Amino acid sequence: MTETLSPTAARSGAPVPVIDTDPFGRQQLEDPFPLEVALREAGPLVYLSAHDIYAMARYEHVYAGLRDWQSFQSGAGVGLSNFRIRKPWRQLSAVVEADPPQHDAPRRVLADLLGPRAQRRLRTEWTAVAEEMVDGLLAARAGAGVEFDAVSMLAKAYPLRVFPDALGIPEAGRENLLPFSDFLLNAFGPRNDLVAASAPRARELSEWVSAHCEREALAEGGFGAQIWSAADRGEITVQQAPQVVRSLFAAGVNTTVHALAAVLHALATHPEQWQRLRAEPGLARVAFDEAVRWASPVQTFFRTATGDTRVGDAVVPDGAKVLMFLGAANRDPRRWADPDVFDVSRDPSGHLGFGFGIHQCVGQNIARLEAECLLTALAERVAAIEIAGPPRRRLNNTLRSWDSVPVRVWPA
Amino acid sequence: MGVDEVGAGGSHAPALRVTAKETVAEGVVALELAHPDGARLPDWTPGAHIDLILPGGLTRQYSLCGDRWDAYRYRVGVLREPDGRGGSAYVHDRLRVGDSVGVGGPRNNFPLVPSDNYLFIAGGIGITPLMPMLHQADLLGAEWSLVYGGRHRGSMAFLGELARYGDRVHVVPEDERGRPDLDTWLGEPRDDVRVYCCGPPGLLDAVDTACATWPAPALRTERFTARQQESQVRDAPFEVVLARRGTTVTVTPGVSVLDAVRTAHVDVLSSCMRGTCGTCATGVLDGVVDHRDSLLTDDERAAGDCMFPCVSRSRGDRLVLDL
Repeated sequence: MTETLSPTAARSGAPVPVIDTDPFGRQQLEDPFPLEVALREAGPLVYLSAHDIYAMARYEHVYAGLRDWQSFQSGAGVGLSNFRIRKPWRQLSAVVEADPPQHDAPRRVLADLLGPRAQRRLRTEWTAVAEEMVDGLLAARAGAGVEFDAVSMLAKAYPLRVFPDALGIPEAGRENLLPFSDFLLNAFGPRNDLVAASAPRARELSEWVSAHCEREALAEGGFGAQIWSAADRGEITVQQAPQVVRSLFAAGVNTTVHALAAVLHALATHPEQWQRLRAEPGLARVAFDEAVRWASPVQTFFRTATGDTRVGDAVVPDGAKVLMFLGAANRDPRRWADPDVFDVSRDPSGHLGFGFGIHQCVGQNIARLEAECLLTALAERVAAIEIAGPPRRRLNNTLRSWDSVPVRVWPA
Repeated sequence: MGVDEVGAGGSHAPALRVTAKETVAEGVVALELAHPDGARLPDWTPGAHIDLILPGGLTRQYSLCGDRWDAYRYRVGVLREPDGRGGSAYVHDRLRVGDSVGVGGPRNNFPLVPSDNYLFIAGGIGITPLMPMLHQADLLGAEWSLVYGGRHRGSMAFLGELARYGDRVHVVPEDERGRPDLDTWLGEPRDDVRVYCCGPPGLLDAVDTACATWPAPALRTERFTARQQESQVRDAPFEVVLARRGTTVTVTPGVSVLDAVRTAHVDVLSSCMRGTCGTCATGVLDGVVDHRDSLLTDDERAAGDCMFPCVSRSRGDRLVLDL
């Protein structure tokens, strides 16, 4: 990693520090923290020469940049490719990659669909599913320590059960959900080996998803069917309906899986935090958000400057891609005391793990509900949890995620 | 990016400052509002309104009629209502540039749905929510036209701004051309046109009748009179009881319920601090909430069992929360 001052990077304003490290390189994906520190310390705005992009990593500037949709648009793609100058090679999300005014109607439909009413309706059922799932795991070896992979048996199993049910898709084919989303999130980065590895199945997965976004494929009363009802009421167009449904396939499960994996890993590696949660199960939501802050399962998203835009004393030139480091902002010591410490006693409010502003995760409170149901069921039933073997990372250009977290638990 | 408060540390500003006040038609003033610290204001979409909380606890709702690409200023148009209850008279006669005014929302009960074709019908001050819609329809390249009725030209706001839209805009002053002939403007029922109407009850009823045979999603209206809130907003301190803990905190003006609760060392998870994300949803066991969020529907507000303490407050002396 070197730092020099670029004479050409900005048209005006202060010189922009340059870092030549590839944030999507294998080493950085495996251990993003050294680069995050370097980015934050370099300044409010940094030029990343490996991809001819700009970056923000301090909380103050990532926060302000995410809110400022007028200056930093999503409509040119939230990945590395700049669709303002290049013809899109992939389907853009009708929600995540749309700017106002096109963004308004789909966002409104989703916000209404996933809002307080849905949460009230789903809570009882999702609590029962979580309790049943945890009881099932513990029943295997009552009275002794029980070992299992927390990622496959809980972090994946639980959302893959409750969310597709709520969405209204059949059991068959649900194994496609995570690979589909993995591909989309890899595709926000450069076309590296991760993209190449998930590319062969991309078309097949995309076709499976498209088929299940149609009205007749979606069970009555589910989120998917309700999106089509919104189209019938004219709140979105009939053409938008399958695209809005598609956004739930893309973002409804995978991010929750890796956020749950993050909180389970965090609790398994911090026994005293598990005891705090057991003593006060009402902390479940706070514990989840603290894990989302600490681990930042969604590491980065791109924006595109809509004009020459000042960040600190420097200027992002019009049309430049800007990489927003949510993970680095969530551990910025300028904002957080002891940022590297996972602590369920802290107030993680205001973290950027769900993004911020008009594109902030529309399903964040659905994810919190899933986490609350699962963590509460665990806290009531599990006296202690520890790591039972080396956890294994799963690399992705956007996600920081676990492939496997072997744990041993002792039933209460 | 301009001046901005940072993260969850910056609390919701309960009051904005009047930065401009201009008479834009006979009996109509346009107010421009900005954050006292020059911070960004919460985002909004065409059709949205804000609550203005006036001295004495009067709350009045006004449609935002400015430019949403300007994140630092709100604009509302206020008609003097001679038989109103004093809200518009206060704005006209007393409110000055530099004054503070309490604000709730924005909230949108009248969103612009996507369409290739719009017919906008405004009566008098009903032009205000339609102003940003026209801009948006133009941006989207939709076909649209506006029929704008009023008593006479001098009483009709924003005619100058509307001139740039050319012959899409049909100005119908009653003293020159009578009332708009709705049947002619509307024509035969079509399922590819969205009709947006805002204005006095007589106009809305007439449009309802004229659109009776149109497909249900076609007509969207907003009735100013239906959304007058008459109950009083308090500007005095109130108590919040945290029922599960048995403790009570006092909330003073200018401090959010969320911040007050946090002083009792009760962490309520929050995120946006603007009443938009829903993270801090809190159960209400007793008391009457002064809702200022952008999330709850009118029915949910009336149910009164849930609030967002980052922005919402109490109408009475005491709120009991499920905390």
